[in-house]
Amino acid sequence: MAIGLTQYLTVAAILFTIGVLGIFLNRKNIIIILMSVELILLAVNINFVAFSTYLGDLVGQVFALFILTVAAAEAAIGLAILVIYFRNRGTIAVEDVNLMKG
Amino acid sequence: MFEAIAFYFFSAILIASAVMVIAAKNPVHSVLFLILSFFNAAGLFVLLGAEFLAMILVVVYVGAVAVLFLFVVMMLDIDFAELKRGALQYLPFGALIGFILVAELVMAGSAWVLKPAAKNALASATPADLTNTAALGRILYTDYVYYFQIAGLVLLVAMIGAIVLTLRSRPGVRRQVIAVQNARTAAMAVELVDIQPGQGA
Repeated sequence: MAIGLTQYLTVAAILFTIGVLGIFLNRKNIIIILMSVELILLAVNINFVAFSTYLGDLVGQVFALFILTVAAAEAAIGLAILVIYFRNRGTIAVEDVNLMKG
Repeated sequence: MFEAIAFYFFSAILIASAVMVIAAKNPVHSVLFLILSFFNAAGLFVLLGAEFLAMILVVVYVGAVAVLFLFVVMMLDIDFAELKRGALQYLPFGALIGFILVAELVMAGSAWVLKPAAKNALASATPADLTNTAALGRILYTDYVYYFQIAGLVLLVAMIGAIVLTLRSRPGVRRQVIAVQNARTAAMAVELVDIQPGQGA
């Protein structure tokens, strides 16, 4: 069976769903949620690169580069927030995070 | 033929390790499986002909982001068994939603046909005589230079934000003050005491 755009889109769809499912299931653990977000962004990147290749247009890869940048920035900021939250409260359980309001 | 074998190999390991990322009990194992899945995604990128992005994926994700996760997981003293409790409570419902989601996405994706007219509307077509990295560099620094600058700005803001968030001044920490050290003279440091014989200080 020849490998085409459909196969790559299927892999990206499965990866995206695994990421969403990770957010559903590990609702308490922020670290796993951040990793799930990384998986979702990776699925988006696979979609961009697959379309870029099969369309013959390089802009998809340029955009994938920017998604990579934003994902790295998001991970850094998210982990920094996690560290100061843990320093203040001694836990990272998501259900206590609403105490942070106000 | 080789391409098909490589594709199925990479994507099978990619999906299996992505499942392990969200299913592993120990978060350190989760991070290591995340690294494995990024490696296999880089393999898929190489198969697609995007070598530059594949190498960037390995360098940025495996070298920086995953190691950052590993640092944070090991630095924080967290009872992960407590956080893991009750995670399977939503598994049936979550699996149902996930199955519906992936079915819909695959249905939409497999029906995708690129129109021949789309070839005429490319923003910047892939040049045939250049390597992927050279072609990407040509358009990244010319046509898309503002986007490139904005990406750099995003990283700068993220860096400053991470530093500002985690910086703290702890009271009661004794630090070296070189000016005070240099201003210290022999008269301030040494006290001469004249002790009479047989008496002690």
